[in-house]
Amino acid sequence: MAGNNPNLKPMNLTLKVWRQKNNKAAGALETYKAENISPEMSFLEMLDVVNENLAHKGVDPIAFDHDCREGICGMCSLYINGRAHGPEQGTTTCQLHMRKFNDGDTIVIEPWRANAFPIHKDLSVDRSAFDRIQQAGGYVSVNTGGVPDANAIPIPKSIADKAFDAATCIGCGACVAACKNASAMLFVSAKVSQFAMLPQGKVEAKTRAENMVAQMDIEGFGACSNIGACAAECPVGISLENIAILNREYLGAKLTSQNV
Amino acid sequence: MILDSKIPEGALAEKWEKHKFNVKLVNPANKRKYDVIVVGTGLAGASAAASLAELGYNVQAFCYQDSPRRAHSIAAQGGINAAKNYQNDGDSVFRLFYDTIKGGDYRAREANVYRLAQVSVDIIDQCVAQGVPFAREYGGLLANRSFGGAQVSRTFYARGQTGQQLLLGAYSALNRQIAYGKVKMYPRTEMLDLVMVDGKARGIITRNMVTGAIEKHSAHAVILATGGYGNVFFLSTNAMGCNATAAWRAHKKGAFFANPCFTQIHPTCIPVSGDYQSKLTLMSESLRNDGRVWVPKTKEMAERLRRNEIRVSDIKEEDRDYFLERKYPAFGNLVPRDVASRNAKLACDEGRGVGTTGLAVFLDFADAIKRDTQAKVAAKYGNLFDMYAKITGENPYETPMRIYPAVHYTMGGLWVDYNLQTTIPGLYATGECNFSDHGANRLGASALMQGLADGYFVIPYTIGDYLAQMPAARVETSHPAFEEAENNVRGMINRLLSINGTKTVDEYHKELGLLMWDYCGMARNAEGLKYAKGKIRELREDFWKNVKVMGVNEEFNQTLEKAGRVADFLELGELMVDDALNRNESCGGHFREEYQTPENEALRDDANYAYVAAWEYTGPNAPSNLHKEDLKFENVKLTQRSYK
Ligand SMILES: Cc1cc2nc3c(=O)[nH]c(=O)nc-3n(C[C@H](O)[C@H](O)[C@H](O)COP(=O)(O)OP(=O)(O)OC[C@H]3O[C@@H](n4cnc5c(N)ncnc54)[C@H](O)[C@@H]3O)c2cc1C
Ligand code: SF4
Ligand code: FES
Repeated sequence: MAGNNPNLKPMNLTLKVWRQKNNKAAGALETYKAENISPEMSFLEMLDVVNENLAHKGVDPIAFDHDCREGICGMCSLYINGRAHGPEQGTTTCQLHMRKFNDGDTIVIEPWRANAFPIHKDLSVDRSAFDRIQQAGGYVSVNTGGVPDANAIPIPKSIADKAFDAATCIGCGACVAACKNASAMLFVSAKVSQFAMLPQGKVEAKTRAENMVAQMDIEGFGACSNIGACAAECPVGISLENIAILNREYLGAKLTSQNV
Repeated sequence: MILDSKIPEGALAEKWEKHKFNVKLVNPANKRKYDVIVVGTGLAGASAAASLAELGYNVQAFCYQDSPRRAHSIAAQGGINAAKNYQNDGDSVFRLFYDTIKGGDYRAREANVYRLAQVSVDIIDQCVAQGVPFAREYGGLLANRSFGGAQVSRTFYARGQTGQQLLLGAYSALNRQIAYGKVKMYPRTEMLDLVMVDGKARGIITRNMVTGAIEKHSAHAVILATGGYGNVFFLSTNAMGCNATAAWRAHKKGAFFANPCFTQIHPTCIPVSGDYQSKLTLMSESLRNDGRVWVPKTKEMAERLRRNEIRVSDIKEEDRDYFLERKYPAFGNLVPRDVASRNAKLACDEGRGVGTTGLAVFLDFADAIKRDTQAKVAAKYGNLFDMYAKITGENPYETPMRIYPAVHYTMGGLWVDYNLQTTIPGLYATGECNFSDHGANRLGASALMQGLADGYFVIPYTIGDYLAQMPAARVETSHPAFEEAENNVRGMINRLLSINGTKTVDEYHKELGLLMWDYCGMARNAEGLKYAKGKIRELREDFWKNVKVMGVNEEFNQTLEKAGRVADFLELGELMVDDALNRNESCGGHFREEYQTPENEALRDDANYAYVAAWEYTGPNAPSNLHKEDLKFENVKLTQRSYK
């Protein structure tokens, strides 16, 4: 597969890829060659090239999740050489480019591993537990229509900016994959603290924290032991501070809770 | 069939209010007897599903991603328009209406666009109430910026991630209704056919993308909010999964397809780097507020630059051609997208393009950095600059960005009347999936506005009018119409799986994409279009003989998913070409080389083409029937668009 820039030397790589037919089948790492790879390709484009070759050979292409390919939808989810989303800090798999690898490298590609994320096939996992956590309280209870004018409640810029930072979580699950306990605390805390900071979300802040944490436990995510591997691998830099905010809201909720 | 747009009587500004009063209402206690299917959970679908569920209807919602939060609305960067006039700079509902109609080169319906401008103000209120963290000023009020093609600051934004924040807002409203049991959500589920009973839309057939199960769903009405069809071109700024399947299969069941050739080519995207390229990445239009577009003045200099004999910094100020500023002094770098794209192409066609392929122009921030400091530029555009650096390996703070136009948005789509109903009773289309509001060219920041307007504020009223007039009795999925549609779907899947040819689905898709780009892209002419039509037919025929789709239906099978979509693109592509051939004028994104002014601007023909072209499907390989909806302009004067 040719790149347009003649000054860049193509690479040859060895891939070890997790293959698993479905949720019930056993899986194993299979070895494939990725040849003539341009450093300008994205990681997923490299996999596209491998898949086209597999298809021509009559081998079932490798299944992996992806959609936007611009780092925002949160659909891509590969565990590359032992790191969620691969070697580059603050980058989703789809935004990772092959110039970060060297000719001759061996690359191990696995799915997210967590009990709460069962494997569908190969590298694709079921993250619907994340949706169910959001359904447990990740909203402000307003209906369409009949709301106040958007400028009726001024919000200090510093707070709006911080709420925005928390709100940028793309729901990819890298934090869970990176955590040795497979905890979803960073993901849950991002939504809880976004709303806890904004006047619109404050009203339900405590019940929200309680309900979302309860759902997280039901889904089988592990406990948080404050190591911070999650934030280190989060592609959009969701900060550990959000976990502190979640703990505060949660404790407050427990002190006054009616659902003990 | 005569197309009835159902535009209400009365003065432009009063139509919507009057219409809302005149529509029939479903009694609150009866709403729970009605089921509505919403296909798609982007801005248009999620907002509709949540709002309808809040009203009391039973909603079933579908998306092909693993979560409704991942619809491609998530990727919108720049912002959303609303006629709030918070900046006191002369904005108004009428001005937003006027800008949108003019921006669309007078090929949209006045009444729809006016309503869009009216409800735009409610959208912002709604989103803020949901906790959407829009950008704010130090005083705590909402910030605005100006956006391509507008001379007022009416664009609300959340850094460069506006679509994400708006979609997560709509997703949260949807989640609340899922938790209440009012919405049943089906992720990783693809709609493959529409079911009609007695001439009305009564359900859909879907495929579970994990297990392959083919399923039947019945309802009283169906809303398609399935996004645009830009992926006909293979390379576009759309997500990999964006497709036309739901809309196209509804078209084959009788829904007219309007203005399919109206596609938007966005001027500022990262150029193609090689033939493995899988998608193109947009660099938000907001960058044109501070970035200056240029190419070397001469072909010779551009050639030396491409051969690496000189560096960008070696090109002196007087040897740079800031062609947009030169040609359009009033708007400069902020001309609308169609104009900016066409001029970039012209510069490259003249041999003055940059980058290894010569298919790129510079977007330069040196002056902005000098004027405002790098920190200020980073505060505005940091995430875009980072994205650019990741993809290209270059630092845009030091060397100018290289950009080139790419397919971005489709103004065409299912024909809908004022109520957003298609030509099939009970079938509605909202968001990018319909054709309604953007004419021949969409202005920046107005698609998010339209998606949310349709879903939050229009469809909840207009669908009620339809449901109020139909009996609450449900149709069982054992009805023969469901069986028949299911058999069709199974038949097509089995056919795809049984060909076992030698060419991959992607190979066909790329070939189609190139044909579309070369002959039905930024510039079109009759000869090229006729050639493309023949080629597309050949390609389609070959596809059905020689495509290689492995595996079985009853599994997670991504090749099978793609194959079905590409099969539909191979049909839609031909209709786009037909439409472009039929429209013997240039307007907005549709630039027919035969019809241009001496200054290479689009030359409209209002006497003969001020109509919506709505195409009716008549059978496989048969020519489609053209129906015309004449556009009446009572509130604006049609002029040659000028941005000079
Ligand atoms: C990169 C980019 C940047 C943009 N920036 C802006 C901007 O700044 N401002 C602006 O106003 N507009 C912008 N736009 C345009 C705007 O984002 C889109 O037009 C708009 O979000 C479309 O919303 P939608 O709800 O109609 O469709 P989408 O958000 O695309 O949603 C489509 C939905 O349909 C589902 N679907 C599709 N097919 C099927 C099927 N067969 N079965 C089941 N489900 C299906 C999908 O799963 C998805 O849920 C941008 C677009 C792009 C690509
Ligand atoms: S917190 Fe970060 S890693 Fe976790 S889901 Fe959100 S974006 Fe992904
Ligand atoms: S594919 Fe969307 S974030 Fe990677």
